Amino acid sequence: MDKFDKLSGIAAPLPQINVDTDMIIPKQFLKTIKRSGLGVNLFDEMRYDDDRNEIPGFVLNKPQYRNAEILVAGDNFGCGSSREHAPWALLDFGIRCVIAPSYADIFFSNCFKNGILPIVLPQEQVNILMKDAEKGSNARIEVDLEAQTITSSDGEVFSFDVDPFKKHCLLNGLDDIGLTLEKKTSITSYETKLAAERPWV
Amino acid sequence: MSPKTLYDKIWDAHVAHEAEDGTCLLYIDRHLVHEVTSPQAFEGLRMTGRTVHAPDKTIAVPDHNVPTTLDRAKGIENEESRIQVEALDKNAKDFGIHYYPVSDVRQGIVHIVGPEQGWTLPGMTVVCGDSHTATHGAFGALAHGIGTSEVEHVLATQTLIQKKSKNMRVEITGKLRPGVTAKDITLSVIGKTGTAGGTGYVIEYCGEAIRDLSMEGRMTVCNMAIEGGARAGLIAPDEKTYAYVMGRPHAPKAAQWEAALAWWKTLYSDDDAHWDKVVTLKGEDIAPVVTWGTSPEDVLPITGSVPAPEDFTGGKVDAAKRSLEYMGLEPGTPLNQIKIDTVFIGSCTNGRIEDLRAAAAILKGKKIKDGMRAMVVPGSGLVRAQAEEEGLAQIFIDAGFEWRLAGCSMCLAMNPDQLSPGERCAATSNRNFEGRQGRGGRTHLMSPAMAAAAAVTGHLTDVREMM
Repeated sequence: MDKFDKLSGIAAPLPQINVDTDMIIPKQFLKTIKRSGLGVNLFDEMRYDDDRNEIPGFVLNKPQYRNAEILVAGDNFGCGSSREHAPWALLDFGIRCVIAPSYADIFFSNCFKNGILPIVLPQEQVNILMKDAEKGSNARIEVDLEAQTITSSDGEVFSFDVDPFKKHCLLNGLDDIGLTLEKKTSITSYETKLAAERPWV
Repeated sequence: MSPKTLYDKIWDAHVAHEAEDGTCLLYIDRHLVHEVTSPQAFEGLRMTGRTVHAPDKTIAVPDHNVPTTLDRAKGIENEESRIQVEALDKNAKDFGIHYYPVSDVRQGIVHIVGPEQGWTLPGMTVVCGDSHTATHGAFGALAHGIGTSEVEHVLATQTLIQKKSKNMRVEITGKLRPGVTAKDITLSVIGKTGTAGGTGYVIEYCGEAIRDLSMEGRMTVCNMAIEGGARAGLIAPDEKTYAYVMGRPHAPKAAQWEAALAWWKTLYSDDDAHWDKVVTLKGEDIAPVVTWGTSPEDVLPITGSVPAPEDFTGGKVDAAKRSLEYMGLEPGTPLNQIKIDTVFIGSCTNGRIEDLRAAAAILKGKKIKDGMRAMVVPGSGLVRAQAEEEGLAQIFIDAGFEWRLAGCSMCLAMNPDQLSPGERCAATSNRNFEGRQGRGGRTHLMSPAMAAAAAVTGHLTDVREMM
């Protein structure tokens, strides 16, 4: 997993609420056995018409947002299916950070496993950044994970919360499984206890 | 000891390690695996030279991609789908995990197979790379969906890195009225709380109307906890739970059964346990419902009319506008006048024997509307066999339904069962998202009995008029 420390990038506005993971990456692209290559199909049904032509009005098809690295989104982003193909598609497109008032739990957790930082901000602050993002490629938003701050293109600074363990893993690009395997004795002693107390498991 | 909820008790029994900041390693008793969200996880194990830590607690079955037509023994036509199923065949063999291949009569939707085979038991932690894992909560198990990275983590360590969720109680008091089912309960709860109402919570469903449900009904209720935003929904085990579990192939036997039962009987929320949020619905107030929009929270009684965007506030105004346009609906249209092209009965929400019985009871001696496309996809090979034995299959066939083999099918349309643009479907599945059942397809969610009624009349119908 790539580290995430600081990011200064173009932010694309997507003010819709309840953007589900079926929208982020439709099911026909879940047939892959790889993690890579899904960026071209990110938001596929919103991005292309029936003949596979780009729909010009969709935000990521607009010239100023083609290189967006941040997505400013509406409430309950990433709801529905647990498919990790959603963060894989975002990452493959180049999105490293999402800013929204709230997320669905599974999507939120999946982001951190892939070096994407999902930031929760109050609706009023998201509204300000949404307006900022609407300015297009002239408006770069800065995200500093270490300092836990977002700076708008006007220099306004917002602080955000992040779970300390998840922050540590992102900053250092750490592999969760490696960290857990360091605690293997805890797991095996739990299993010994389990075999005695609930042998049917 | 301080009073605990059922969730607190199961959580406490599964913490293998707790860090100072409250981050826990939660031990996983059952890991269910299907072909879509697992190939990258197994590949990860191979690349790092890791193995499956507890293959005896890992159960795999292909379901999302498999064709459900009667000729499926000839193989999967779509190359990508075939490769994905073959990858699961190989991974199950290479890593020595329990497996029900496509050719096995026990194959079916992972959330139907798990309970059916007795893998899912009260008090367990159950995970799967699928958001509808919440289904298993019906047994008083803590069950939730995970992403593929977490699938790999569970395969390698049999644990998950977790922080505890908050406790939410959803109580359904009193009795349900005739024609009202578990599906109507779970949709009505989402209609009340919204699709994000349960975010950050584990829900415990309780109350007389929940106690009165069969295990099948309870699975339907818990299945859609995720549609309300909650990772997991659960119901305390009781005599119905024990009766369902007893004698299943992987349920404990003899002395172990007695020991298990003694522990299961401690699995309930203490009277004065703390709840972070409480929602109460009166069973008698719940009507047969349908969805009108593209979010599972867009729920109304069948006696209602299509709402207008102005009926809402905030971001929901634009969302409703978008939904109505996508669904091709005019505000003010009575819901029971909406014409239907297709009926889909099946899925992990409503693909169990009781669901097929409810639909068949409506269809007996009747025909589906001319030109209607209708299919029943049983949740597992064993559900299919039982429905044939009970004569339900013949009722469906006589009515004009296609009688399919088991799989996820048109719930998410990864196999060839899809809607065409503009095609309108009465579905017993769980998601009415844009494009979910096929690009441009229009989904109305409802109970199996309601879907059967719509198949006969050709429009959304109040099932109570046909009872």
